[in-house]
Amino acid sequence: MKNRSQKLVLEDVTCRFDELTVCDGINLSVDAGEMVCLIGASGSGKSTLLRCINLLEPIDSGHIWLDGEDISIPGLDPKPYRKRIGIVFQSFNLFPHMTVMQNICLAPTRVLNATVTETHAVAKDLLQRFGLQDKASEYPDRLSGGQQQRVAIVRALAMQPEIMLLDEITSALDPELVGEVLEVVKALKEQNMTIVLATHEMAFAREVADRVCFLDGGKILETAPPEEIFTNPREARTREFLHRLL
Amino acid sequence: MGSKLHALLVTATLALGSASALAANECSVGKTLKADRLTVATGNPAYPPWVMNDAPESGEGFEAAVAFAVAERMGFDQSSVDWVRTSFDEAIQPGAKDFDFNLQQYSIKPERLEVVDFSEPYYTTTIAVVVREDSAAADTEATASSLKKLKYGAAAGTSSQPFLENVLQPEQATLLYDDNADVVAAISANQIDAIVFDLPSALFVSAVQLEGGKLVGQFPVENNEAPDNFGLLMAKDSLLKECVDEAIKSLHEDGTLKDLESKWLADATGAPVIDMDK
Amino acid sequence: MSALSPRKRYEQKERRRSLLIATASLLAVCAALYTLVPKAPGWVAVKRSFFNWAVLEKTFPTLLKAFLWDIAIFAWSLPLIMVLALAIALCRNVKTPALFPLRVFGAFYTDIFRGVPTILLVYLIGFGIPGLGLPRPWNSPYLWGTVALVLTYSAYVAEVLRSGIESVHKSQRAASESLGLTEADTMRFVVLPQAIRRQVPAMMNFIIALQKDVALLSFIGPVELLRQANVYKSLMANFTPYVGAAVIFLCVTIPATRYADYLLAKQHSVRT
Repeated sequence: MKNRSQKLVLEDVTCRFDELTVCDGINLSVDAGEMVCLIGASGSGKSTLLRCINLLEPIDSGHIWLDGEDISIPGLDPKPYRKRIGIVFQSFNLFPHMTVMQNICLAPTRVLNATVTETHAVAKDLLQRFGLQDKASEYPDRLSGGQQQRVAIVRALAMQPEIMLLDEITSALDPELVGEVLEVVKALKEQNMTIVLATHEMAFAREVADRVCFLDGGKILETAPPEEIFTNPREARTREFLHRLL
Repeated sequence: MGSKLHALLVTATLALGSASALAANECSVGKTLKADRLTVATGNPAYPPWVMNDAPESGEGFEAAVAFAVAERMGFDQSSVDWVRTSFDEAIQPGAKDFDFNLQQYSIKPERLEVVDFSEPYYTTTIAVVVREDSAAADTEATASSLKKLKYGAAAGTSSQPFLENVLQPEQATLLYDDNADVVAAISANQIDAIVFDLPSALFVSAVQLEGGKLVGQFPVENNEAPDNFGLLMAKDSLLKECVDEAIKSLHEDGTLKDLESKWLADATGAPVIDMDK
Repeated sequence: MSALSPRKRYEQKERRRSLLIATASLLAVCAALYTLVPKAPGWVAVKRSFFNWAVLEKTFPTLLKAFLWDIAIFAWSLPLIMVLALAIALCRNVKTPALFPLRVFGAFYTDIFRGVPTILLVYLIGFGIPGLGLPRPWNSPYLWGTVALVLTYSAYVAEVLRSGIESVHKSQRAASESLGLTEADTMRFVVLPQAIRRQVPAMMNFIIALQKDVALLSFIGPVELLRQANVYKSLMANFTPYVGAAVIFLCVTIPATRYADYLLAKQHSVRT
């Protein structure tokens, strides 16, 4: 049995949409401060797995342990756990009717019951760190994709999560904007944030990930340090996938 | 009463002097539908207070009584009068009639005069106030000043509305409706205290449409700015018209009509004439 | 002027040309109407009974005063409609099984009150409920007429809001819930503001319709603009007061309609 007291432990996680098994017996442990990259073709189950961890999708069987606590028991209120696990989506999903500042401050004030002054200070600080200080009163549609995605990251960070789930956060961006978002992720990693990242950016995964998991057909086929998986993958499917990509 | 006697005497004299006419006086001879008999029509059924118990032969009810009074002046005694029934609309159509005259609250109107004849008016409509028996308004005195305190409703476009605005001038704003049925609905819902109608409509409404309706009173006839005049309906160019008019004129002059009106349309209906000075 | 590029110069020329043509054709139509209509055989009679200046002058001030009632009824109905519509739309949107009856209620409500003609509802409620024996002022036709309007219009607006709520992409809910917000907060802060903003133009259409439908209260007693015009028509045997009433309504509804169109156009330009 795994050591369930690790930061995040997935045990035989299975998730089905009707007949389709999207995650099929996933086992994965993530240490505090570790960065795990999920790679694999579209439809391999990366996004669904992240949504399961955030309890946005109910799982059909298996367990998800957060700090040794099973958070996947059916009927459990997901809200207390969600605020500890931040997620950032491919399509940003900023609230278009709110300014950047309002986007960031909504959840802290409503969920953490922080005062407006507190959250404003936290938000300002975060925006400053990610070079967005002059965008606080802009609406999302006035920002570039890269800026929007950085705001989305800040919005998740403002909840002071223990884990960040990043779901292909650069896939919807123009190529020249990918860099600025990845810089942010790198900075998070340097601050010892626990990160699970689904990505198509192999070079980035190779550079910053502690471990890389290759998903195929809802299963983790292979887990290894990046150097190993990119230079000498064990599985034929992994090799095939990387070959097509590189 | 004197002139009535006089008329009877005249009739009697004429009857004696004429072999062919036993009862009829001169002016009607040979002009009635049936010789020596007067055929009078009314509605089917006929309603109180115009005809009591749907039995005009009894002479009970305003129009039954008027019919007999006119007949009498024309020289027909009660037994010489035949009653027939017609519907309201049928009698008002052009064409031959199976009556000498017809009375069922026909208003004299110009467009009707093109197809039928009317006698001089035997009645001029007054305006009456209807309230609900079970409401506080039922105890209102029949004086202008107490009636002003009520909240009124009226059907828009009828003479009731200008009457309220120009004559009675109630203290609260009047509510207006599409037709009488809606006004009745409003008083049933207690949204208004009182309705004003011309007396015939008021009688109909309080008898038929409004459960527990009560007439508080009727305004003196001179307050009605747009009164209806009821006339006896006859065939177009009826030879009898002159004779009937004479009879009505004499009934007016000697106060008979007024007496009949107060007997059948005020006392019997409980709609006293409203005191405008109080 | 010399700074204009050839393209700009061409466009300006075209613009002037179309403006000229539009003005000329408008003037031609107006001139034709102005000269031809009075030649119609019935024009004198129509003018006397529909466009009678003397009648209009005499009745217009009272008509305007009566219109204050329409404005008042509109003003107190609108907020009630919005609040109730929102409640109904939320009812129809509940997902919790325990609250399923609310969903059913919401569906029934919108089906029934959109299905019954407003005028019928005004009659039935305006006379029916006070007929139960309510004391004054609780049986006022203003009160129950308003209730009828609010019931009908909130059913329509609720549907508009509901489709607005459904049009907000589910990723917005996911984003909000992933931040730990409750369903209620998600609805309140994320979904509803977007839904309402999106549906403002559609709601404007109902607001304009309401502005006219307040006149239906005249059927149960209140002497507002339509009824006052009706009274004058009977009194003067002339239709000019109706024309006056129409003009008053138009003075309010035309700007409102234009504003709704403007909002709609603005929204389209934002989306594309």
